[in-house]
Amino acid sequence: MEFFLQLLVNGISLGFLYALSALGFVMIFKSSSVLNFAHGELLAIGAFLFLALSTWAKLPIILAFAVTLIGSFSLGFIIERFFLRPLIGEELIEVIMLTVGLAAMFKGLLLFIFGGDIHSYPNFLPEGLSMQWGAIQIPSVYVATFIIGIIFLIIFGFFFKYSSQGIYMRSVADNQPAALSLGVHVRRVFALSWAIAALVCAMSGIVLGIINGVNVHNLSAIGLKVFPVVILGGLDSIGGAILGGVIIGLLETFTGGYISTSLREVVPYIVLVLILMVKPYGLFGLVEIERV
Amino acid sequence: MQKFQFHPCGNFKESYYQELTIFETDFGRLWMIIGLILLFGVIPFISSAFVLYVLNTMGIYAIAAIGLNLLIGYTGQISLGHGAFFGVGAYAAAILATRAHFPFWAALPAAGLITAAVGMVFGLPSARLKHLYLCIATLAGQFIIEYVLVQWEGLTGGAAGISVIGATLFGLDLGNDRTFYYVIYICFVFFAWVAVNLIRTRYGRAFIAIRDNDRAAEGMGIPIFPYKLLSFAISSFYAGFAGGLYAYYMISITPEPFNLWLSIVFIAMIIIGGLGNIPGSVFGAVFIVTLEEVLSHATEYLMNIGASTGVAITIAPLREFVFGLAIVLFIIFEPKGIAEVWRIVRSGFRLWPFSY
Repeated sequence: MEFFLQLLVNGISLGFLYALSALGFVMIFKSSSVLNFAHGELLAIGAFLFLALSTWAKLPIILAFAVTLIGSFSLGFIIERFFLRPLIGEELIEVIMLTVGLAAMFKGLLLFIFGGDIHSYPNFLPEGLSMQWGAIQIPSVYVATFIIGIIFLIIFGFFFKYSSQGIYMRSVADNQPAALSLGVHVRRVFALSWAIAALVCAMSGIVLGIINGVNVHNLSAIGLKVFPVVILGGLDSIGGAILGGVIIGLLETFTGGYISTSLREVVPYIVLVLILMVKPYGLFGLVEIERV
Repeated sequence: MQKFQFHPCGNFKESYYQELTIFETDFGRLWMIIGLILLFGVIPFISSAFVLYVLNTMGIYAIAAIGLNLLIGYTGQISLGHGAFFGVGAYAAAILATRAHFPFWAALPAAGLITAAVGMVFGLPSARLKHLYLCIATLAGQFIIEYVLVQWEGLTGGAAGISVIGATLFGLDLGNDRTFYYVIYICFVFFAWVAVNLIRTRYGRAFIAIRDNDRAAEGMGIPIFPYKLLSFAISSFYAGFAGGLYAYYMISITPEPFNLWLSIVFIAMIIIGGLGNIPGSVFGAVFIVTLEEVLSHATEYLMNIGASTGVAITIAPLREFVFGLAIVLFIIFEPKGIAEVWRIVRSGFRLWPFSY
């Protein structure tokens, strides 16, 4: 029973981690319908920028954090301006392959600069956050993730629901020509959504780096893990992303704990295919009505 | 049948059959015959062993890329699992050869058929999914197949892999690069011929209709699900056959190479070559294999320089960077691929001195 509860807690914290790392992905998809294969690399860029600033340049943590966020915000702008904008209106597969190419470029550069080793941040989280119930314990990083995750999800929810930019983004995602004809500045929406997504990615990358250590391969692998998480919940729903994250996290820890550790990596994908067969737009995705 | 004539300077086609012709003038046929003579009569005899190895790799990848182009470029179903299907073909051929003692000529088509069956299973989600969701479902297929290849140790030998030794065809020893060159390129010519002609049949037209607008295609009476499945089957057959050739050519296979990266490389081939264009997939395969060879030699060379001058830089990751850069630049500056460049160059010659 204790084992079960510990797995449950681990699964939920892992799920929140996945949901947090999926936020930037959902952001881009919600506004521009681009499936971003460079997501893991964006996480890694944020994490490494923070690493370089905090350990190499020895900036104070707060300053390093702020500079990282500004840096990734600008990077998002640059990516959109120079790589994605020429492709507006092109085929889906070409946009996908462009992000795959970007992923290879970023990964190559990061490996070239930082190597394939695991780096770690200086310890700056307060220790008092860790929780303990009987034999079950939650380390403080997970508690911090949980809190950061909840805060961000709430901010995101309000942003998309009430702010004018959020509403523009939803309108562009829903119907680009219609949004254009109603006076929405579509290019600005794209640029802004990439910039915000890169910023959120940097944040999630830093959290992931605190928990697992900063490593290019691990972070880009998490970029692939985002797909089942996001698709399971439905690509355009943030609440779905949380639920998807928690489902995938629980599936992984329970198969890892009770069946076999090697099956752990594949189970999310098997479940994903089965769910997609029953509900083609994910659990909470918007069903598109198609007309010829 | 037209006799020797020049290209008209405009589109003067009067019937659908004229639109369907592969060679508009006999010059095209002539060039193709010259190309075939070069391919079979000249190139294998003037190439060094290394060049032959590169050419053989190109041939194998080109067959698989043609298959993927039928699926993505013509039917519009994005698959991220082609690398895994290639692996299934390689393993099927290797297992049939070592366990069931299939001869070479029977193992390859059998591997193709097995892969086609597997491809149809992973094509089943296309009944309900499309676009991004289908893309992710095939990504899941890629990971599931990779897992099976590593974990089903009784059949696949796990991470250690299988070795296939001593392929013979009609008494010929196929261990030789030059003999294998002939095998690969005869298969290649055959499969390219089939693909080019498949597009001109009702099946090919149905594929294109589904790509352009599946709802409209359904409305016009094309049963889209069977055709999508058929497209998955044909594409996987190509991948499986090419995988079988790969297994025999490489002699020993492990699950390692058949990862997501290989699927991405296949898609890169058809995008760089040209989507919905059979010669384009061949150009793409040639380009990517050349790029990979050049990059691996360049990194080796630079590493040696680095070692002798004492500058310890690992340049290997830059390979990935340049590869990604090539894909990105091609997509931004020539989204229709090398096939389009080739068409522009050709029409430049044809319209000279009045090209615009």
